[in-house]
Order: sequence, then C-alpha cells, then structure tokens
Amino acid sequence: MVKVRVWGSLAEFTEGQTEVEIKATTLRELLDGLAGEYPGLRPQLERGISVAIDGRVYNDSWFTPISEESEVVLLRRLKGG
Amino acid sequence: MALDHSDKPRTFKVVGTRPPRPDGIDKVTGRARFGADIVAPGMLTGRVLRSPHAHARIVKIDTSKARALPGVKAVVTRADFGAVPEDVADVIDNCMAGDKALYDGHAVAAVAASSAAVARKALRLIDVDYEVLPHVTDVDAAMKPDAPVLHAGRQEETVPEGYSQNVMSRVEFGHGDIDKGLAEADRVVERTYRTGATHQGYIEPHACLATMGPDGQADLWCCTQGHYMVRNTCAAILGMEQGQLRVTASEIGGGFGGKTVVFLEPVALMLSKLAGRPVKMVMSRSEVLRATGPTSSTSIDVKIGMTKDGRITAGFAQLRYQGGAYPGSPVDMGSMSAFAPYDLENVKTVGFDVVTNRPKAAAYRAPGAPMAAFAVESAIDELAKGFDLDPLEVRLKNAAREGTVASYGPTFPAIGLEATLEAAKAHPHWTAPLGENQGRGVACGFWFNFGGDTCVTLNVTPDGTVTVSEGNPDIGGSRASMTMMAAEELGIPYDRVRTIIADTGALGQNEVTDGSRVTFAVGLATIEAARNAKREMCKRAAMIWGIDEEAVEWVDGAARPAGPNAGKHDPMTLKEIAAIASNTGGPIAGHYEVNAEGAGVSFGTHMVDVEVDPDTGATKILRYTVFQDAGKAVHPAYVEGQFQGGAVQGIGWALNEEYIYGEDGILQNAGFLDYRIPVASDLPMIDTVILEIANPGHPYGVRGVGETPIVPPLAAIANAVSEAAGVRMTDLPMSPPRVLAAIQGQKGG
Amino acid sequence: MSQIHVTTSINGDATEFLCEAEDTLLDVLRDRLGMTGSKEGCGTGDCGACSVTVDGRLVCSCLMLGAEAEGREVTTIEGMATGDRLHPLQEKFIEMAALQCGICTPGILVAAKSLLEKNPDPSEEEVRYWLAGNLCRCTGYDKIIRAVMDTAADLRRAS
Repeated sequence: MVKVRVWGSLAEFTEGQTEVEIKATTLRELLDGLAGEYPGLRPQLERGISVAIDGRVYNDSWFTPISEESEVVLLRRLKGG
Repeated sequence: MALDHSDKPRTFKVVGTRPPRPDGIDKVTGRARFGADIVAPGMLTGRVLRSPHAHARIVKIDTSKARALPGVKAVVTRADFGAVPEDVADVIDNCMAGDKALYDGHAVAAVAASSAAVARKALRLIDVDYEVLPHVTDVDAAMKPDAPVLHAGRQEETVPEGYSQNVMSRVEFGHGDIDKGLAEADRVVERTYRTGATHQGYIEPHACLATMGPDGQADLWCCTQGHYMVRNTCAAILGMEQGQLRVTASEIGGGFGGKTVVFLEPVALMLSKLAGRPVKMVMSRSEVLRATGPTSSTSIDVKIGMTKDGRITAGFAQLRYQGGAYPGSPVDMGSMSAFAPYDLENVKTVGFDVVTNRPKAAAYRAPGAPMAAFAVESAIDELAKGFDLDPLEVRLKNAAREGTVASYGPTFPAIGLEATLEAAKAHPHWTAPLGENQGRGVACGFWFNFGGDTCVTLNVTPDGTVTVSEGNPDIGGSRASMTMMAAEELGIPYDRVRTIIADTGALGQNEVTDGSRVTFAVGLATIEAARNAKREMCKRAAMIWGIDEEAVEWVDGAARPAGPNAGKHDPMTLKEIAAIASNTGGPIAGHYEVNAEGAGVSFGTHMVDVEVDPDTGATKILRYTVFQDAGKAVHPAYVEGQFQGGAVQGIGWALNEEYIYGEDGILQNAGFLDYRIPVASDLPMIDTVILEIANPGHPYGVRGVGETPIVPPLAAIANAVSEAAGVRMTDLPMSPPRVLAAIQGQKGG
Repeated sequence: MSQIHVTTSINGDATEFLCEAEDTLLDVLRDRLGMTGSKEGCGTGDCGACSVTVDGRLVCSCLMLGAEAEGREVTTIEGMATGDRLHPLQEKFIEMAALQCGICTPGILVAAKSLLEKNPDPSEEEVRYWLAGNLCRCTGYDKIIRAVMDTAADLRRAS
C-alpha cells in the first residue's frame, strides 16, 4: 500500500482523511485506485492533477514507478506563464 | 558507447559562457519576422467588433449591411462556429461571444475585407442588439450572494454554501493546526492585502495570418508561446484533424504567459475558410489591454504568528482571485506557493476562484504567486520589524531546506533558498547606509517550474555542421541556450550548430513555452538527442575500425577507441564521420521525445532601496539586487536578463500598473499612456547574483529561471516603501496618491 | 479614393509611393514598402517601437502621416548597418545581450543612434531619459543602458 497525501479541500471526498492508502505500483494504478476507492475525487481527477513522487512532480507519466516507501502527494495541476 | 549519466559536477566548455545569440543579427537589423510582419499573396485584413458593455445579453446581430459593403469578403459571428468540444467551449466563447458579452472588449463579430479601411467601415455597419445586464468587476463584490451572476450552474463541488455562483471553485492546502500554532505565538499579524490587475504588457500585439483551402488544409502563422497548443486548440474549435493544420510560430515579441492561449487564431481561420483567401489579423494596443491577458486582481487575508525570537508558529491565508469572465484564475498556484519558502509546522491556505466582468485572466509569469508572496512576505516583515529582528535572519531561521515538507505537500529535495538568503546577507547592498525618507525591503519568492512534452531533432549535415530543431518559440534567447547545450554535448564549437524553431508539421507535440520549462526540458531533450547522435557516430566509427561499438567513446567532438581491446586508431571527428555517412548507413541524426518530468523548484530573494517623497507620495527605486538559484546558468547574460526583467515587471506591478474600471464596468486606461509600465528613466541598474545549486533532474543541473524573479518584488518594494513612508502599505499599486493618503492618514491618526 | 503621390528618400534611396491621406508613415513603411523592421506596439506614440528619423529628427512613425514624408530624408532600422557591417550599437546589443524578445530593439537602436549623434558622451541619466519613450518589457533596461554607454565610450575612443 502507498500512502497518498491529498490537499485539504479534497479531504471531504476521502472521508475526512488527508492521507489515504492505495494499492499501486505505478502512477496509473494510483490514479485508478483513487477513483475506485473514493468516487468523490473523480471530478477533480478528470480536471487533471499533478502528483509529487519523492519530491518530483509528474503530470501524465502513467508508468512512473511508485514504491511503498515513496512520498506521494497530490497537487493541483500546475500551470505556468 | 559508454555515456556518463552521473550527476557529479563536471566542467563545461560552452555552457556558462556568453556567446552572441544566433538570431541576434536578425533582431538588431529589423529582419526578424514577428507576428504582424508575415504576408501572403491576396491576403485580406481581418478586424474584430467588440462589446462596449461590461455585461450584456446579445439579443441579435445583423450583419447584412456589412456583408453588402463592397470589399467585404466574410463576416463571422459565434453562430459560424457551431458546437465545439467541452474542453474548448470557454476558449471559443472568449474569442467570440455566444449569448452574452461578458466584459468590455469581448469580441462579438469579425470581418475580412480587402483593406483595413473597408474592414473598419464594415464593423460600423454591424448592428448588435444588446440587453445590458448588471455587472461586477471587484473580486470581493463578486463573491457576495446577491452579485450579478456571469455563469449559472457551473460551480465546482468544492464550493461551500453561501457564496455567489461567481465563486467557481475552492482549494485548501496545508498541514498542522493553525489555532495551536497561533496560540504559541508572541505576536500575531492579521491583515488584508489587495493587488490590482496587471497586464503582461508585451510590446508586440497579438497577430496572425491564416489560410485555409477548400480541401480543409490550413496554414497559420502567429506570434504565440506555443504553436502546438494553437494547432490543437484551433483544430478542436474548427472540427479539423490536427494534422491538417500546420502552425508556424513567428518571432515573438514578448509573452510572459499572455500568449499561452488563442484569441485571434480561430477567428482568422474561420474568416479564411469563408472568404477563401488568406486573412491577416493584428490587434491594436487597446484591444490587447481590453481583451487579452491580464492577471487576477486579488484580495488576501493573512494571519501569521511569530515568537519573539523570530520563529513562525503558524501561517494562514485566505486568497480570493478574480480571473475575469471564465473560471481558471491562478488562485490554486497562489495558494500552493504562498508559504512555500518556509518550514512551517502549522500552515493553511484557502483559495477562491471567482469570475467577474473583466477579460479572462491569462497566465502572467509565475501565475498567482506574486500576489500571495506580497501578502505573506509583507506580514512576515511586519512581524520581524515589530520584534526588532533582522528580516533576513528571520527568513533564514524559517527557511525551507532539503527535507522540509513544503506547505503544498511534498518534501523538498536540494533547494537554493538558504543560499540566496546567505548571499543577500553577505552582499554590500545589505549594509549600505540609507538616507532620510528612504527604506530597504527584502522578500523571498518561489516557483514550481515545469517540464512537459518536448521533442528535439538534431541533424548532422554532410559537411559536419549540426542543426537542432525544437518546437518552442524563442522568447528570450533560448536558441542560444539550445545551441550551447548541443555544442557542449557534442564537443564541437558553438558556431557549428544552428537551432531553428520547427513548425507543427516537423516535430511531435511540444508543450507551450511556459512554466520556465524551455531551458530545462528542451535543453534536456537537446542533450539526449545529441547523445543519440553520438551513439550513432560511435557506431559508424566502429564499422570503419572493425571493432565493437561498445569499444568506442566520444571525447571532444570525436570518436575514439576505448578500452584495452579496441586497438590503435586515430580519432574520427564529427566532420570525418559525417563526410562518409552515406557509406556507413546513411544520414546521421539524433532525436529525443519525452514528457520531461523532474523540473527543479526555484527560489529567489530580492533586496530593494526606495525613497518616498513625503509631499507627493511618489516612490523612486534607488537600488535593486536579485539573488536567485539558477541550478546551472547556461548563458549567464540571459539568466541575468530574466532576473532583471522579472524584477522590473514587479516594480511596475508594485508602483504603477493597474486596470482601472469605471462604475460602468468599462476599462478606463486601455493604452500605454495611462497603463504605465516602467520606462528607463524610472529605474536604476538591476544587480544580479546567480546561485547555482544543481537540479538533479537535469543532466547539467539546469533549473528554470524565468518566472521566479517576478515573485518577490511586490513584497520587497512594499516592505521598503512601508519603511520609508513610516506606514504599512497593504494595497497595490502603491501609486503616489495612495502612498500620500497613507502618510497623511498616519499623521492624522 | 484618390491616393497621394509622395517622393521621398528612405535610408538614402530615392523612393516614391502612393498612400491614402490617413496612412501613417509607419503604415507606409510596413504595408506599402515592405519595411517591417519598424514595429507597431501601440499606434499612439507611447512605445517607441516605430522610431525612425526624419531629416535627422527622432520621431514615432505612427504619429506622422505618410504624406508628410514628401521631400524629407527618412532613416529606419533597415538603414542602420552599412552593407555587411553592423553599426557599433547593433554589435554591442548582441554582444551584451541587450535584447530578449527583440520587438523593441529596432526602435531602441534608432533612438540610441540618434542620441549618440547629438551627444557622444551621455551620462547614464541622459541615456535613461532619452530612451524613456522606448518601452521594453523584457530586459528591465539594464543591459540596454549599459550597451549604449559602452558603445558611446568605444566611439569616443575610436574618434
């Protein structure tokens, strides 16, 4: 299981938890797992998010490996100028 | 071939030097072709009719008289576009209004005509029947339950009850317990800060030239930060296949985020489709100010607690950003970045994205971050000064470092904030004496930096020169950086490489030139493309020498035998290998396509001295120094240029620039005379100190540098002005009347 | 619509053109003569991107009518280099990275050349005030001011 931190306003869709556990070995499994376990997150997942894995930010790379020790943090989809 | 992918420090031959930029001669002789400089045979002139109302229902548009005018070849309204996919619905609505005009300057119709004079006349012949609606332009007013509503039924599930439907979404970030932290503080500062809406202010107005044939194939030339984005967006809006639309980026006369979206391009394509002729469209400056860009105006509540020895015990901010007529203000970026420079046990930010009757906000350099940093860094400064503590020491005491859990969630790897603070402390600027009515301010800033989809193709010509094709418009010297990284990696001179910006038909998908991504991501792809070319050249040399390709290495621009069993062979240079490419398998190229992840975050610290005239409230910038981590400065002169340019845009934002709306919701200062950006005589030299804390995510350690420099200035200047004026300034811009009123209010109170 | 016939000199070349009465000199240069080196950033004389000289005087070509060029000597950015030899200001701007996007560069070079012809030894303040009518949004002006001062020093040494 991977521990995933979600940002504050998403906690109402994760039964109030700011950290949830998902069974995943890749970013894709993580996103699928989140949508499956917490359907309330789906609108946000569909709008797009970024994910920080051990301090590096990923947007789309589904097959980025994630280990049980990884620090995984969901972020709003980053945009720049 | 053996390649060294380790992150150990290396010595550079080209990277870190200051060669002339490859497009320099074009740009100093007027030869460079920008958006409005492109022409096509038989082209028509396109012009846009814009709403004179801040908010109005469009009851009917009668274009018959315009169509009947000799020389008019096409007239377009929203009806011509039909239904579009949901993800571009707001985009086309912003380019051409649907049932409602949502802001002063909103496009409602467009014409293509044989001359500009005919086009202007045709616009006057279009009758639009408007039903004027109540409007709202202020962010706090727009949030109230009784505010005029722009879009009904589009609020996200994240917004609690009790707010106007103009509040589109709410975000919350942070960790710890704010109340507990505030209880531990010796003092708490609680204030509301406001910032005006500012425009990116690029000197080149938006421009494009579109041509579409009856076979459905189209070409588009435009000034944009991302021609692949333009292709994809326009194709979706016009119902075309992406491969049928080729977009070529002209030289770009500034963008700063404002050219990361389309405005004219879908309209020009539709006009060209209907007219059967090429159509060129160029905005006027007032159109640029009324209908493109700007950034959010904001209203931010901050509450920060500090112990008397300078430790921040809790940081809270509620950020309210209006993003103009459609959802998508950068309040989420502001909420994530507000406290990012600090290692805080208790931190929370709440952000509200609000729509108003203003042009849709576009990204502006580190979108969302400068306003948040203004509020937070002002409050920290006030606390530090209240305890008579050194503001740099207070920041050092609380600074985020490797291992800090960032206020927005992840744990920081190696970062450079402390290095910038230490450099600031050691700099002579920090201890220089100040005179009467003068003040010194400091502030820190943070930006995430991005990567994203990137393609580079590197071709070796038969005579042994190298061409690099990349897909990101060169907005500030990036051709030079790519050329340098290719030359460095190949071990050949800088002037043997030429870099071009390829059109959308030549490369795969490329993310927009934004998020300070280009030197990082395109640089990474350039280096990897060069490595692939080297691998191929080592293989060719191995064929010639009759040895295993693993026994060949690439050193100083030549293949060399390596290892005990490789035998004795004279090195083969790139030029020699290129000359016999046809004999060894064909042309040599290296390419690399990647979704570049691993951009390193960036921090900066700014220091500024100001003098405030107590009789007029006017502020003069006396001295300015920027300290920022660049990871590795590829071309230091252009890194300095980014630092200087960002700081000066920040100076404009802090002191002068602001969208001013009348009671009627009409923009009152849609020109450079009244929307005053800094000019040369307003400024001193901008000193820079480049720190280099390598980004482990890039082969040379590069971090993006473009956006961070606009994050600290608003607060640094506000802190300096507050000290000089003897009164805390909380609203931007700090225009002379506002500063004077604050000084007089202080005296009166 | 009857057009106006204008005889003028542009960068030393005798030039004739027809224009509408309302065409600005900038319109004529860009749209009728194909000289797109002069840029339109505002059309109201606020940004200086269209700077040219007329009979040696620095003007915003967006504020002058094309018809007013009759009998005058106009110089533009296209006339700044001599053959394949760049003007020292042009060389210095490249050398010192005094441009980023480059859209303001033609106007700033024309204005700076005009300054150095009048004042070969300007102070930093004089350069800053002379160029105050030329907006640059990228550079913060630092490298531009340095490049102009440096060129002035080089030209003084050479003369």
